[in-house]
Amino acid sequence: MKTAIENRGIGIVETRYYTFAQPPDEMVLENGEKLGPVTLAYETYGELNADKSNAILILHALTGDAHVAGFRKGDKNPGWWDNMVGPGKAFDTDKYFVICSNIIGGCKGSTGPSSINPATSKPYGLDFPLITIGDMVKAQLQLIKHLGIQKLLSVAGGSMGGMQVLEWMFAYPDNIKSAIPISTAMRHSPQQIAFNEVGRQAIMADPNWQNGNYYGSRVPARGLAVARMVGHITYMSDKSMEAKFGRRVKGERQDFKFTPDFEVEGYLHYRGKSFVDRFDANSYLYITKAMDNYDASRDRNPGEILKGKDLKVLVIAYKSDWLYPPYQTQEIARLCKQAGLDVTYCEIESNYGHDAFLVEVEEQTHLVKYFLERVQHGRVLSNRNIL
Amino acid sequence: MVECSATAISSDQTRPEFRIIFELIHEGASVLDLGCGDGDLLALLQEKKHLIRSQGIEIDEKAIYRCVAKGISVVHGDIDSGLPEYGTGSFDYVILNQTFQQVKKPDTVIQESLRVGKKVIISFPNFAHYSARYQLAIRGRAPITRSLPYEWYNTPNIHFLSIADFVTFCRKKEIKIEKAFYLGNRGEIRFLPNLRALLGIFLISSDILSKR
Repeated sequence: MKTAIENRGIGIVETRYYTFAQPPDEMVLENGEKLGPVTLAYETYGELNADKSNAILILHALTGDAHVAGFRKGDKNPGWWDNMVGPGKAFDTDKYFVICSNIIGGCKGSTGPSSINPATSKPYGLDFPLITIGDMVKAQLQLIKHLGIQKLLSVAGGSMGGMQVLEWMFAYPDNIKSAIPISTAMRHSPQQIAFNEVGRQAIMADPNWQNGNYYGSRVPARGLAVARMVGHITYMSDKSMEAKFGRRVKGERQDFKFTPDFEVEGYLHYRGKSFVDRFDANSYLYITKAMDNYDASRDRNPGEILKGKDLKVLVIAYKSDWLYPPYQTQEIARLCKQAGLDVTYCEIESNYGHDAFLVEVEEQTHLVKYFLERVQHGRVLSNRNIL
Repeated sequence: MVECSATAISSDQTRPEFRIIFELIHEGASVLDLGCGDGDLLALLQEKKHLIRSQGIEIDEKAIYRCVAKGISVVHGDIDSGLPEYGTGSFDYVILNQTFQQVKKPDTVIQESLRVGKKVIISFPNFAHYSARYQLAIRGRAPITRSLPYEWYNTPNIHFLSIADFVTFCRKKEIKIEKAFYLGNRGEIRFLPNLRALLGIFLISSDILSKR
């Protein structure tokens, strides 16, 4: 297997931190509560050009982090979208200054329920305020300004990252030149809320959860693992599960009647277990709630906001995604059409379900690469000889 | 591998109807191309007519990739359902270049095109071309002509109409035919188009609107 460096990847990267909203100037959240200080973990790749016009912000999904590409010292695996971000890749770090920001409410270096509450000097736990997608983006705007950028060339992300893209489009349309929402929705359907609620209930039913006060003692590992197992089912598709596992069984049977015999069971157990090591259960509660509560058209008319804006939009969906079905992404494309925006919409054939946006690199790269080129230069550069 | 058509000129770009459509569109116009295929017509117009806004609708995923590589903004979907989503008068021209005969409801698509576009450019293969008449009437076979190149079992065309049919249709629906062009085997035709033309190209507008 090629290493990322041979593959002309980014190489060694470092996560950085930006802290702002120091009391008494705390950040005012959407629900009116205050939060501060706020730290955001972020990584940057490539060089910001002289007029600061080549910055792209990448937004991650539910359990992602700021580490989108390359390797951190000692890491075995590269960042979560390494196949899309790097020299010569879709988000070409030879051309663009790529920023990936973690979210508030998370547990990957940004302020969240596991952070220390300055008022009590103990982890927030459930004292952490209910944050929203709007709050996440509001915090990112601070980071962008801190980096000296007035207008982003593009904002891009899938799933919950896509919701943040939508929030950028509707809350700060003048701060972006283009947007790439992928496999996402203007708001969650009851089915999406239902799956998230099962995950939350699994966590809260774990006796170790202790109303969120488990820091320093045993974590609600079983509950969080079950939540992740449910999540993974929704990220795959019937076809991709069939291809990956079939009805194959694992090695020898054991005495206990209900051991996870099937490979699919073993896979989910493994995924659940490894998730516990890297994610905080309270963060899972807060973030899934933020997703469920999100409604891109709350207290505002997105169509009216977009009307007349010089904003190019690339909307991508995947046919086999049943968690965020294409009809949800179509709504975004429709909105852009009605508002008269320059919009491209593509529904890509794939068997990978919701995971497709992390896996189907080739088509996505093609779409993103040419789209960004057009956003930056007003046209596709390759000198085409027409007529 | 995504097929990115890096090849500069496909034969399609010199398609004769392109030249006629090209002449009909004014500099700096906004254009919606329904069933834009690989985006060659839009790319041509974008380059030479400096369109202020251009948009394609296309059902074929592979064609979408080729459009994007040409810098065309395109929406993946079918014409029947994609058209109603545009605002009234949002484009100077709506183009239906040989796609009209493939939509489920041509009547609705025309009305919707006339709503969305100030003018509509429509082209379609003439089913009453003498070669088609001969094949059907004398040989008793489903016709195959240069503009109707498909076998009966693989044709994307679901409606078959003649130039005379279209003219009658426009009269009935109070659609104003502003200009008409007919293409035969060797270029433009002026005499007996319903018999000799392979392709009809019309610039139409809503009669009701123009009377105002």
